[in-house]
Amino acid sequence: MSTPTTDQHISVRELTMAYGSFVIQRDLSFDVRRGDIFVIMGGSGCGKSTLLKHMLGLLAPAAGDILYDGSSFVGASAQARDAIRRTWGISYQTGGMFSAMTLAENVALPLQLYTPYSSSEIADIVAYKLALVGLAGYQEYYPSEISGGMNKRAALARAIALDPEILFFDEPSAGLDPISSRLLDDLIVELQQSTGATVVMVTHELASIFAIATNSVYLDAASRTMIDHGDPRYLRDHSEQAVVRQFLNRSNGAEAKTEPPRGSGNE
Amino acid sequence: MSESHPGFELVHQNDEETLLTLSGAWVRGSATVDFAEFTHELHAASPKRLLVEGSGIGEWDSTLMAFLLQCYNLCHEEGLEFAPGKLPEGAAKLLSLATAVEAHQPPAEQQENWLSSLNPLALSRRIGVVLTDSLSFTGEVSIALARLVTGKANTRFVDFLHFCYQAGPNAIGIISLTSVLVGMILAYLGAVQLQQFGAEVYVANLVTIGILREMGVLMTAVVMAGRTGAAYAAQLGTMQTNEEIDAITTLGISPIEFLVLPRMLALLVCMPLLTLYADLLGIVGGGIVAGGMGISPLQFISQTEQALTLNHLFVGLIKSVLFALLIAVAGCRAGINCGRSSAAVGMAATEAVVTAIVYLIVADAGINILFQSIRL
Repeated sequence: MSTPTTDQHISVRELTMAYGSFVIQRDLSFDVRRGDIFVIMGGSGCGKSTLLKHMLGLLAPAAGDILYDGSSFVGASAQARDAIRRTWGISYQTGGMFSAMTLAENVALPLQLYTPYSSSEIADIVAYKLALVGLAGYQEYYPSEISGGMNKRAALARAIALDPEILFFDEPSAGLDPISSRLLDDLIVELQQSTGATVVMVTHELASIFAIATNSVYLDAASRTMIDHGDPRYLRDHSEQAVVRQFLNRSNGAEAKTEPPRGSGNE
Repeated sequence: MSESHPGFELVHQNDEETLLTLSGAWVRGSATVDFAEFTHELHAASPKRLLVEGSGIGEWDSTLMAFLLQCYNLCHEEGLEFAPGKLPEGAAKLLSLATAVEAHQPPAEQQENWLSSLNPLALSRRIGVVLTDSLSFTGEVSIALARLVTGKANTRFVDFLHFCYQAGPNAIGIISLTSVLVGMILAYLGAVQLQQFGAEVYVANLVTIGILREMGVLMTAVVMAGRTGAAYAAQLGTMQTNEEIDAITTLGISPIEFLVLPRMLALLVCMPLLTLYADLLGIVGGGIVAGGMGISPLQFISQTEQALTLNHLFVGLIKSVLFALLIAVAGCRAGINCGRSSAAVGMAATEAVVTAIVYLIVADAGINILFQSIRL
């Protein structure tokens, strides 16, 4: 819906992430193109979620910069950051639905805060967003009254409430059965294709990665930096890094020194 | 952004079909379309099939999609065929995605009138539920206690020490403040009345008896209900929300033994000690006020000595043990029975404090009547 201004929607430049003096990852540089479904992958504990938190501005980088549409996010003023954040939709690992509010109130909250819609228009849009994720009619339910998979989808409905340009997902299919996980993947692809949004997700579900990702970065826990990036389907067979090929082929890598990354499970 | 407003036009084509032509920019912030008007016009035409023509649509966002979904739902409800054609790229896909799953029909819920919450019958029933709940909880705790005494309980001594520290030393600051002030308040209250008879010196008796039998222990209990009782409810409630209590249960450990007993025993140990401390500071507070009214410290001390009997002290201590039990039961029960959301944790904490304070006041009145009749 929005006209592309630059091809690079998000640029990460020489990013170093650290908790105090403990460096988690250093020298990360990669671009997320507009309309990409970008996956941040890597073994457990390599800093995937931490990278996502840096991109969301929840943690401050030790060094380096993150640019959205070419403008720095790290150095931006609080107001500028809020303006950039308003173009995002975020779905957290455990959903992050406000448990004291019904689904309708959850989805309506960003609309009430940031749009001039009247309450009846908001109700219409909420109905549409919930229908999109297959939860039509669940407006008056509380997050505790629906299943985990439905909570994930409800979180997606809240994330897309403001028609975001970028959608962030932290482990979208963690804790879902293969069928629900597949349906969620399909939903993400459909939404991406019909809205043209850029999708950034952290996951280590190989099925998801191959089904939907168009671009990716692999963070290595041992060397504490990114060791490869590109289309995961290409990396699976052609990556120069043995660890990346093992990860994507789910082999236990007898020749590798590092521990085999797990194919699934929660972090 | 284009300036054109969103608009629609219904054209009655033949008996069967009506054409809905959409035009303009359907974006956030533009003028909005009156859906009631659309419904009205559609009913006037009453077709069997609604064709949608969207090639005149400029920019669009969720505003358009919400309108289309409403049209679809209306057609669905009234048995019309909804035939979208030439919608913007993306919009057609989103619409088919949004309509892929049949809307869920939530079961009709019984609407509760707010007045009914004032109904004395319903109210007493609710109080009855809390009471029986508390009683059965006390029963469970008693069983756990019996198991502890026989050495079968999974209660950890470390936990007990930890909660003793939280309920004891950590509470001394606030207990100091409240008990000194309550002693002073009592002294003022009595001094003004006793002055009329020239009997100021008996302020010491009044403060000593008042603090030992009543105010020292009651204030301590109220503070501990707000401080520790609410904390217990919040801790256990959060554990319930995080499925920690489920984890404990499935490990074969009784949550009562593992979580409730150490908290309750800690409070049972700390409350009498805190009460003794509060009694002492309360009398000191009374002494400060008495000093200000011309009673020498020596006079105050000797008068206090006369008034101070073991009976008064024991009344306070007996009360403190009972109050500790009530606070722990109110707090832990609210926490263990907590729902599984963040709102429920807040409600549990509130319930813990409210029930604890009600229990305290009622029990205090009861004990006073009892002790009066046995002349203790």
